[in-house]
Amino acid sequence: MDYLHDINAFLPGVIVALAGLVTITIDAYKNDHGSIYGLTVFSLLAGLILSVMDMFGPVGEAFTGMITYGGVSAFGSSVVLFGALFCVLISREYLSAIDHEYGEVYSLLLIATAGMLGLVSANNLIMIFIGIETMSICLYVLAGIIKGQKIGAEASLKYFLLGAFSTGFLLYGMALLYGATGSLYLTEIAEGASSDLLFIAGAALLLVGFFFKVSAVPFHMWTPDVYQGTPTTITAYMATASKSAAFVALLIVLSKMIPAETANWAGVIEVIAILTMVMGNLIAIVQDNIKRMLAYSSIAHAGYLLVGLAAGTPEGYSAVLFYLFAYTIMNIGAFGVVAYYERQQGLDFTDINNYVGLGFKKPLMGVLLSFFLFSLVGIPPFVGFVGKYLIFAAAINAGYIALAVILALASAASVYYYLRPMVYMYFKDPHKDVPLVRSGIVFRSTLVVLAALTLYFGIAFGDLHNLLSSFYTADWVTHLVGQ
Amino acid sequence: MITYIFVFLAVLAVASALAMVISKNTVNSALFLVLNMVSLAGLFLLLKAQFLAVIQILVYAGAIMVLFLFVIMLLNVEDEESLFSRFRVKYFVAFLVGIAVFSQLLYSIGSFSEMLPEVAPEMTEAGTVEAVGEVLYSQYLLPFHIIALLLTAAVNGALMIAQHKIKPGASND
Repeated sequence: MDYLHDINAFLPGVIVALAGLVTITIDAYKNDHGSIYGLTVFSLLAGLILSVMDMFGPVGEAFTGMITYGGVSAFGSSVVLFGALFCVLISREYLSAIDHEYGEVYSLLLIATAGMLGLVSANNLIMIFIGIETMSICLYVLAGIIKGQKIGAEASLKYFLLGAFSTGFLLYGMALLYGATGSLYLTEIAEGASSDLLFIAGAALLLVGFFFKVSAVPFHMWTPDVYQGTPTTITAYMATASKSAAFVALLIVLSKMIPAETANWAGVIEVIAILTMVMGNLIAIVQDNIKRMLAYSSIAHAGYLLVGLAAGTPEGYSAVLFYLFAYTIMNIGAFGVVAYYERQQGLDFTDINNYVGLGFKKPLMGVLLSFFLFSLVGIPPFVGFVGKYLIFAAAINAGYIALAVILALASAASVYYYLRPMVYMYFKDPHKDVPLVRSGIVFRSTLVVLAALTLYFGIAFGDLHNLLSSFYTADWVTHLVGQ
Repeated sequence: MITYIFVFLAVLAVASALAMVISKNTVNSALFLVLNMVSLAGLFLLLKAQFLAVIQILVYAGAIMVLFLFVIMLLNVEDEESLFSRFRVKYFVAFLVGIAVFSQLLYSIGSFSEMLPEVAPEMTEAGTVEAVGEVLYSQYLLPFHIIALLLTAAVNGALMIAQHKIKPGASND
């Protein structure tokens, strides 16, 4: 085995994992958050650059077929690293403002990211399981770092218990699939696929595990409570990086391992997608807490993504990948602005009613929040529109007219709750004079960069979309002929 | 004979798992969990996987269960007393006899309808220490390392939660 080649193929993961271990060591010897933070940012940036370069490189397998590199895996790694990098950039100021900046937070974020990188490049059920577990266990801890508050402890405990429960489903599904086909490699399972009970039951249980991780209805119960109790920038990390990783893994499993003709999962995904879109949007409408609103909105977005998966065509898959990237940019931005307001003293700024008149007090933050919310709605010049359009088109072309119509109606309903904070910010008078602390330069410029990216990829989306379609079709052909 | 032991252990595993869930006394639950682990280890032995069987006993039935019992006993002391006062030999014997009779029944039905599986010969080579070690350091090298990372993160996270003091004034209830 050529170890150098293998390590090179998983280099972003290796760098991030090593940085995680080094930060633990630094934290043990000197309590210096500055160098830990610098190392974290540097390693994530290095990993991001490497995996973006990997997107244009060759496709192949490494570590005896455990992982793949290039193509979808490289894009998944880039999205995960992008999400992690921007969450870390906005985390430092927020965490020190709420007095919970610990060195361990960065090492846990790095190790969770390494797990996600393993997950998005997985080519074997063992890798998928270990990737999901590494990611989840770090997130269980991160959910509970504000342990002085009941809601933080509740978030952590609930996430842990329900997560452990769903892991049981996932693992049982994998065991049954192994029993049915005698292999753990995704492509070999696809060759041994049959429509006997063992295989179908295994695939169903595996999907239940995944639906929990991507918070699809009816496995979404944990999402609002966990998102609410977790420190906001960590919530952004959960909602973007971890969800993207789980979705890319689900996409890999569906496209590579379970051929649609034997397992016929399109119907299942269709029903779950409809439920998720309708429930997510409906419940989001009545939320007064902005973090819970964003949690239900992330459930609704999982529904849109599932529409692309239900389409089951290369076009649908590339649309899902594009949407994941779009979703990552705009959601980190939205959570970032919420984090800025939330750390202000005096009022509870997670309550939408307290957003009255804020838009004129700090014009930059108001404009930024409007950018991200418009993008989440899917209004044309922003990236959210392109993502939704691609998924819509893929569903229509694959013949899922009903799904596409429900997607359009659900996004129309979402306008209400996305625009509500903006109405409060700009069209109502402030009822109390609360001084707003100025945000730091890193925090502000990170959000500005994100806003610029929503606009840039909303207008110049062609190159990225072509790239995604090109390597997806190449991937698709090689996997159809059986590798 | 092997098939009979298999049915016995399988029934014991399922019955002890059920008893663990149903039992109201936490100490009894924990002990049933040990029984469950031991019967699983027996199943591994039947598959000629000695290494897995030993690890199963050492890791689960041993270390984790002792930890479990410690936690339970530290949390509520009354359970410890009620364990020794309410524990009756006849219940335990009844449990074992019930398992034996039930597995005998299942075995008879199973062998009558010819549903029982045979142990595949290639399985006998997979369970030794050499085989496990070799696979772990060649084919499963990357998952092995990521598990190491996972355990480090878990310990680190547990320490973080336990170590940092609750900030005064942070409580909101």
